[in-house]
Amino acid sequence: MSNSAKITISCRINQRPCSFETYPMTRLIDLIRDDEHFTGTKEGCGEGECGACSVLMNGELVNSCLVPAVQVNGADIITIEGIIRENKFSALQEAFVDFGGVQCGICTPGMVMATVYLLGKNPNPTEAEIREAIAGNICRCTGYTKIFEAIQHACGKLGALQ
Amino acid sequence: MRGYVPAYEVKSPETLTEALSILQAQPGKWKPLAGGTDLMVLLESGVLENRNLLNLQGLKELTGISVSPAEITIGALSTFRQILEHDLLKTEFPLLAAAARSIGAIAIQNRATIGGNIANASPAADSPPALIAHDAVIELVSSTGSRRLSYAEFHQGYKKTQLATDELIRAIILPRTQADTGSNDFFFYRKVGTRKAQAISKICFAGRFHPCSPGNLRLVFGSVAPTVLRCIQTEAIIQGGGLDLKTIQKAKDSLTRELSPIDDIRSTAEYRLRVSLNLLEDFLILARQKQSHVELGS
Ligand SMILES: Cc1cc2nc3c(=O)[nH]c(=O)nc-3n(C[C@H](O)[C@H](O)[C@H](O)COP(=O)(O)OP(=O)(O)OC[C@H]3O[C@@H](n4cnc5c(N)ncnc54)[C@H](O)[C@@H]3O)c2cc1C
Ligand code: FES
Ligand code: FES
Repeated sequence: MSNSAKITISCRINQRPCSFETYPMTRLIDLIRDDEHFTGTKEGCGEGECGACSVLMNGELVNSCLVPAVQVNGADIITIEGIIRENKFSALQEAFVDFGGVQCGICTPGMVMATVYLLGKNPNPTEAEIREAIAGNICRCTGYTKIFEAIQHACGKLGALQ
Repeated sequence: MRGYVPAYEVKSPETLTEALSILQAQPGKWKPLAGGTDLMVLLESGVLENRNLLNLQGLKELTGISVSPAEITIGALSTFRQILEHDLLKTEFPLLAAAARSIGAIAIQNRATIGGNIANASPAADSPPALIAHDAVIELVSSTGSRRLSYAEFHQGYKKTQLATDELIRAIILPRTQADTGSNDFFFYRKVGTRKAQAISKICFAGRFHPCSPGNLRLVFGSVAPTVLRCIQTEAIIQGGGLDLKTIQKAKDSLTRELSPIDDIRSTAEYRLRVSLNLLEDFLILARQKQSHVELGS
């Protein structure tokens, strides 16, 4: 089987300008983890079902396992590391710990990204809106209640701050 | 197992004209790539057979939602997020807004396009029943020109559509006839899946009813036939007989004849039929309540 030509992709990941020589259908998650070593982004399913690989692309929440490199050129990507660096969401991270919303931790970066996206659109979400916001994120450990409570608590705090 | 990624070649034309001439020069060779939420899953499972992809991302001609007095035009690259956040679509075309909201979960809605949902032509796709109930028109383009056809005629059979190998879907057009009569239209959209998010439909139903305009009645089902299905015979029974319980029973008998559900990994034929009949009955009973409100002048 013959290989196609590699292409050059330029984008920003967590504010850092990046350039990749890669195949057009390489997944964004592989650029993030293998090339840039931002290993906070996790791979659960590789097919859009679990949300562990969630990142922000041009401000929109996306599953990085479903985005091909060829569509990343010029994009602005924020991963969980970029969120941590901002400090703005430390109350959210603390709430995850305080409420027992983190067990094995594989789903956590995606849950946090989905919540950050929600709060960006809607600082004071209702219970139903929180559930809808994380409906695409699967957790095999917590049973969701603790995650939900953590988010609810943090939304109260973060919403009040805005 | 994942497909061999280096084998896939992608062209990224910058204009629609360029994209269409690529399609025309080598018909069937280049497979359009929009949001990738169907194609990347095929790639991941090693079954994306077409090794040549045409990246539509840069084609401005396929983006945007524009409003005129007569219609709303939705570019094929519009994502379900853009659709469900559009105020006018929400009020005038609520079945489509509800369908958009029921697709996948938020991160999928942010990438999945309406053109991709239509072209993928799955009988379980969630936007087609809504589009048919809203009398959508589809606009296809090729190097030789563009054509519009009624969306209800676009799907011809299992995974079979009217899209030619040198064509792209440019847009979906929704006629704003509802603007005159629509204030009383009653809309009903239900998707039944294993769970609320991220679930492929077992049954999907879009219904539309107008107490004074029987011609507005639409009964459209997804996942219960080889392709999305408008149940015209069942509509005719209601249009002829009204909404008394006897006619509703006749409509259910007719629906049993019109649907051809199958057993598959997601559900059984028996379950699909039973739920479809229940959805029809729920819809018609609610429609009857709307009608009696109108008759009472409230
Ligand atoms: C986790 C998950 C959940 C999902 N949930 C749902 C759901 O609930 N309901 C549902 O209906 N679907 C669902 N899907 C399927 C998918 O997201 C939708 O079908 C989506 O709308 C496809 O659009 P896309 O832009 O991503 O298409 P792509 O994957 O880019 O393309 C899909 C097909 O359409 C063709 N195509 C795309 N655009 C055009 C165009 N303009 N002209 C001609 N051909 C074109 C492509 O060649 C390809 O054959 C889900 C997918 C995933 C991964
Ligand atoms: S790894 Fe991307 S959604 Fe599961
Ligand atoms: S904490 Fe383990 S998957 Fe959620």
